[in-house]
Amino acid sequence: MSSFSQEVPLSWYLLLSALLFTLGVVGFLIKRNLITVFMSIELMLNAVNLSFVTFAHQWHAVKGQIFVFFVMMVAAAEAAVGLAIIIAIFRARATLAVDRIDLMKL
Amino acid sequence: MHLILFIAFAGFCLAGAINLLLQSHPINSALSLIVVMTSLAVLYLLLGAEFLAAAQVIVYAGAIMVLFTFVVMLLNAGREERTMGSRTARAVGFPAVVAILGVLATVILQAQGLGLTGLRDGITSTEDLSRVLFTDLLLPFEVTSVLILIAILGAVALARHGDGDPPGTGERTRAK
Repeated sequence: MSSFSQEVPLSWYLLLSALLFTLGVVGFLIKRNLITVFMSIELMLNAVNLSFVTFAHQWHAVKGQIFVFFVMMVAAAEAAVGLAIIIAIFRARATLAVDRIDLMKL
Repeated sequence: MHLILFIAFAGFCLAGAINLLLQSHPINSALSLIVVMTSLAVLYLLLGAEFLAAAQVIVYAGAIMVLFTFVVMLLNAGREERTMGSRTARAVGFPAVVAILGVLATVILQAQGLGLTGLRDGITSTEDLSRVLFTDLLLPFEVTSVLILIAILGAVALARHGDGDPPGTGERTRAK
């Protein structure tokens, strides 16, 4: 039973969540492919979900987990629309490099 | 046991996320993102969220990432060329990243009252979850189904209107 008594502080989960979110932001900044940029956004969503689940565990709140469920549903809808937009952009411009898709840039 | 599982899968998570940044081919990035999401499902299970762990594997690692890999293959996305990004990203973005991580880490490490978690802690059963979801939160749940329907229609409309469409096809698409 001694191995089952090891416990993990919840702050470690929150630190992991913060690290994953930061990696997502870095990916959003340094990646030059439209699809990979979109994947970095998904990584950030997942990081936030992890901290939601951690806090739901801390306060024994079921609604925190349900919020994560809603985030997942919205992320699924967002991925479907976003990838359709990427396909439309690829048809119009024949490229996925974000440096060449800069019509709306100042 | 909990400690070992946490360290192993947190390591998988971080390794996958770093690999996502380092890979230059989108399909490798997508595969490492699947590693991140599956490890996150194990971490959810350690935190007692059994339904979310299953949903994470089915919805994220399954449905969404299949969509991503499908689009990567459909568009035949090749190796990305490395440029250093825009000046704004370098001047504002990276200091902001360091600031975000610094602030978050300070706040988390100084937070009082955060407890410990072990394997003996109970699991939030799917029954408890669905009882709240289908009584207190029924309206948001139904609204989300409308959102998904609109997203499907939007995705179909966006993906069908290409440059090659002859004039008049737009009307037919809308009428269907």
